Amino acid sequence: MAMSDSVIVHDNENEPVVFTQAELGWLPWLEPFPEAELTERHFAGLVDRARAKSDYFRLLVRDPEVLEARTKTDKDIFYNTADGLPRAERELAAAATSRYNGCIYCASVHSRFATTYSKRRDDVQRLLDEGVGADLGARWNAIVKASVALASTPIAFGEEHIEELRRVGLDDAEIVDVINSASFFNWANRLMLSLGEPTTLAAK
Amino acid sequence: MMSAESKDIIDHLAGIAPGSSLDDIRARRLQARENAQKSYLTLFEPADFGDVAACERYAVAAFVAGVHEEPPVAAFYVARLADRSELVAALKAEIERGKTKGPYGAFPAGPLSVEDTTGLIYRVAADRKTILGGKLAAALEHAHLLVFRPRDAAPAAMQALLDAGWSTNAIVTLSQLVSFLSFQVRSVVGLRTLGASLGRGAATARTG
Repeated sequence: MAMSDSVIVHDNENEPVVFTQAELGWLPWLEPFPEAELTERHFAGLVDRARAKSDYFRLLVRDPEVLEARTKTDKDIFYNTADGLPRAERELAAAATSRYNGCIYCASVHSRFATTYSKRRDDVQRLLDEGVGADLGARWNAIVKASVALASTPIAFGEEHIEELRRVGLDDAEIVDVINSASFFNWANRLMLSLGEPTTLAAK
Repeated sequence: MMSAESKDIIDHLAGIAPGSSLDDIRARRLQARENAQKSYLTLFEPADFGDVAACERYAVAAFVAGVHEEPPVAAFYVARLADRSELVAALKAEIERGKTKGPYGAFPAGPLSVEDTTGLIYRVAADRKTILGGKLAAALEHAHLLVFRPRDAAPAAMQALLDAGWSTNAIVTLSQLVSFLSFQVRSVVGLRTLGASLGRGAATARTG
């Protein structure tokens, strides 16, 4: 086997033990692809060249074509807000999914985004502190409930979740944005949780 | 038989017909739709299968869809193994053994430990390992961990895959495959449920 085929064990004394909106680091359990050996095929997979600095993306770039398609799926689901659900509520779906699945790293990133776009830091923090049962008001509750039902295995999402999303004002296109955002984080959570671990960054 | 290359798999499995209102809504997120399809193609019909054989990819996919208890999605992947009846029978038996409810697992020791929940630690039946092979058996065990208790993931799970003969590159591809399927099956169920709530007019083509 090649040298790179071994597990990296970290002496991670700063592993976060609660959900947080603070910025976290991430430590890979397998060797990321060496930055110096990246080719144009890898850069196409990274989509943004700056991601060559990230251990997470340089690990995923070992399968560049899949990473490229994954990244472009992600960007459109979250950044393309034309005719659809506000960004804040897509991030809420991502944060709720991450809270339910238990991805402390993903929850940190997307709770920060949810706060940035909604200006509702305290509500977002209650989702992190109390979990997916926190009362965040009817509209956010409906989005969190739908996300949790989608994250469950077997999938528990049913017409009652659609009805509740409609009652709080979402149209069909916005409901599709909830389905996309929540579904996508079942992809992202599993990669972040299973290929490495989060670490608390030193206070700046 | 339909061509997997030319058809959008999520639309196909969710029953979204061209010209339906859900088709129109999906078209507003064209890059996401096209790249979900590209993700499927690069995982299941790549130019180069690299360190994960086609048969291994379909077997893991059939298992993942099967334990999600989504028969139409599972049948789609099982159909790709049509010439491997012994393997398919073994997978179906393992799917039954692997079915449970998730997510469960442990958080890092601390305040979140009160939320720890236990559940099935799935292992392939010893006598079925001879049919599946140790390598595929290890992949199924890891897939089960990813599907049901992703927060239990640890370096030891990576080591188990390396010990079974999976390379680092292969582990990345396998992880993407299982994680992608977790997305795909949820997109299908979500869209299918929305389509059903709209009545027949939404998921099938408008007539006028």
